[in-house]
Amino acid sequence: MAEHKIKNYIRNYRIKDHSLGMAFIILFVIATIVGWPNFLKIRNLTNILRQVSYTGIIGLGMTFVIISGGIDLSVGSMAAFVGGVSIFFLNLFGPGSTSGLVLTFFFALVFGSLLGALNGVMVAKFRMAPFIVTLGTMSIFRSLIQYFSNAGTILSVNMGFGNLGSSIFLGLPVPVWFFLIIGISLHVILNHTSFGRYLCATGANEQVARYSAIKVSLVKFIPYVITGFTVGVTAIMWSSRLNCINPSDCAGYEMDAIAAAVIGGTLMSGGKGSIIGTMMGAVMLGIINNMLVMGGISAFLQQAVRGFVIIVAVLLQYNSDNNK
Amino acid sequence: MAKRPPILELEGIVKEFSTVRVLDQVSVSIRPGEIMGLVGENGAGKSTLIKIICGIYEETSGTIRLDGNPVRIPDYITAKGLGIGLVPQEFNLINYLTVYENIFLGNERKKGVFLDKHRMRQESKAQLESLKMPIDVHRTVSDLSVAEKQMVEIAKAMVLDARILIFDEPTTALTGVEVQHLFALMRKLKEQGVTMIFVSHKLGEVMTICDRVTILRDGHLVSVDEIRDLDTTIIARKMVGRDFSQVFPDKIDSTGKPPLLEVEGLTCPNLLRDVSFTLRKGEILGFAGLVGAGRTETMETIMGLRKMSSGTIRFDGKPIRIGSPRDAVNHGLAYISEDRQGKGIVMDYDIPKNITLISLKEKYVKRGLIDKSSEEQSGKEYVKGFNIVAASHRAPLRFFSGGNQQKVYLARWIDTKPRVLILDEPTRGIDVNAKREIYEFIHSLAEEGISCIVVSSEMEEVIGMCDRVYVMREGRIAGHLEKEHITEENIVFNATGIQKGVKRDG
Repeated sequence: MAEHKIKNYIRNYRIKDHSLGMAFIILFVIATIVGWPNFLKIRNLTNILRQVSYTGIIGLGMTFVIISGGIDLSVGSMAAFVGGVSIFFLNLFGPGSTSGLVLTFFFALVFGSLLGALNGVMVAKFRMAPFIVTLGTMSIFRSLIQYFSNAGTILSVNMGFGNLGSSIFLGLPVPVWFFLIIGISLHVILNHTSFGRYLCATGANEQVARYSAIKVSLVKFIPYVITGFTVGVTAIMWSSRLNCINPSDCAGYEMDAIAAAVIGGTLMSGGKGSIIGTMMGAVMLGIINNMLVMGGISAFLQQAVRGFVIIVAVLLQYNSDNNK
Repeated sequence: MAKRPPILELEGIVKEFSTVRVLDQVSVSIRPGEIMGLVGENGAGKSTLIKIICGIYEETSGTIRLDGNPVRIPDYITAKGLGIGLVPQEFNLINYLTVYENIFLGNERKKGVFLDKHRMRQESKAQLESLKMPIDVHRTVSDLSVAEKQMVEIAKAMVLDARILIFDEPTTALTGVEVQHLFALMRKLKEQGVTMIFVSHKLGEVMTICDRVTILRDGHLVSVDEIRDLDTTIIARKMVGRDFSQVFPDKIDSTGKPPLLEVEGLTCPNLLRDVSFTLRKGEILGFAGLVGAGRTETMETIMGLRKMSSGTIRFDGKPIRIGSPRDAVNHGLAYISEDRQGKGIVMDYDIPKNITLISLKEKYVKRGLIDKSSEEQSGKEYVKGFNIVAASHRAPLRFFSGGNQQKVYLARWIDTKPRVLILDEPTRGIDVNAKREIYEFIHSLAEEGISCIVVSSEMEEVIGMCDRVYVMREGRIAGHLEKEHITEENIVFNATGIQKGVKRDG
């Protein structure tokens, strides 16, 4: 019986179905060779994970937005804005307040979700184009944090704040834990709940969803709130790591988040996507970065390589979709 | 017709998708200037054959000869260059472009490097007038009705000046009069020497317009016959490979049944005026009328898909408020849209996911998570119960034929356990056999006490199935017919206001 199953599995196995996993393994092997022996050191690997977790967490929310047929360009500015405002909030409690730390953490999540909801209302309720809406809020959030900080660094006065983002818990940095926990939760929501089903249906064909008694505007609204929430998590992780926020921080995060989703197989046209894919996409981007740094490639060229990888990923997607 | 060398010869055409053979050794030769009918059930391979001629698919093996010379047609652009034009079954129009821009898409008239818009407008207008469909060429396609879109699609193929024109079910969205205009145009083209291939499920139309008929079944060529050797019964028998006596089941007498759904004074600005009707328990109620008469809009309003400005809906004697499609579903209403692919099924979802889309929360979610095994189980049961032909129930629906897609769509609504089932053009683009299955299915639902509304532009469908019929015209109920009064004449009279060439006042 078991033997039969294995035979079937091997017969039905097609490399195309697992192209992302294969790419991941190949990339990992290349990185191991190029970066021998330093790449495989635990310290290096956890570092990669930490580095990718900031944009990776946002990429998870972004995946939902893209599946719904939208896009969120405001996440980078939003992260800086939420981070900065959260430090202002934290400083209200004075230097030694532990309850201030806890409250600030939740404040960031709520504030991020609210900003996401702002995007969501404009997209879902007022039916504006997501690209335009988030292009607008992207500049609004960035401008506001520059104004509030007088274009200077916003420092936390709380001594405990730095511990939040830079601690190691059970061998892994705290942001990595958030990356994993949020990733698994969203994966379950996407694949095992009715909301996930509605999300894909709405992204694939909004009319079909509407005629199937799905509350389309609600389904389109929620992904922005989730993205806002993930931005809140990243904001608190990032600002506590540095114990401060620069108003120019987190610029370009939207590109990394979108790239992770696209490399992971999420269709830009909506309707289809994978959270596990996004997580792998984010880690792959991190490995490439790490490899380039260790290989001594010019920092100026690194962006070119990332761009190349993104284009190849989309090309592969496009081909496998056409050959079905 | 004198025997002339064929213009187009297909020899031993084979087409396989992965390993499934959908066309097997099909050989047909088409004479210049004839109208060749192409019929067959869903999945018989008609569309595939046509797509091969047009270069949309490439044959796995076999030869295509044009004027006696073998040709290879790798894409549609090549086909156009060879003088082959296609009126596709599904609309390939760009919604945001105007009518004339669509008609000349990919075939623009130019003056130097610039577009000759004036000429394109003139030619589009002339082409649409010859189809007796004077659409303003500046309107955007998204504002057009289905029939108008169909005519634009036909005009688009016309401006190619093709030698061979292929019509893939062009009449599904058209009413009787419009079909007559199309046929007049086809006859004119025939006089000009254009060769045409006409694909249709409507055998009466095939008998009217075609010179010869090619019949396919399960990817095999059954026969090519002169039309004088055929009648609709013979064609139908050859298509399904066996006899069938009667298409429609016996009618259900609705006399004395209690009312279930009562609609009164339904009004929707610019669309519906004072629409009132009653649906009885367990009856099959017909809604007839011309395309654009407001039948679909009426049903969409009842389903909460459109906002009504006034009117009341009573269910089981109690007034109900329907503010969203969800409310309608909760009251046991179900609506199968006429636009199966645009508003019905999710093309990338497999059978179970499509079937459970509406009933998901109520039936398949346990402790917040979808119970995939019960979902799968349910999908399998419907595949069996509805006789859905599928290579795998895990394959996305885009690979299914129209009839099988429709069955999946029906199954989705049946899974919500409706008390009222509204079917809008339920057999559009579906072959005889699947049609009969759907008629029988509606009949058995009504017998179980589910009230059905059938909205249809196919006269015989309404006449054959319904015990009562409302006829709509220009957003109002124009007439209510019962039993022996349901005749073609009465329906046309009410739908158009025209009787024996005299226009009725009002």
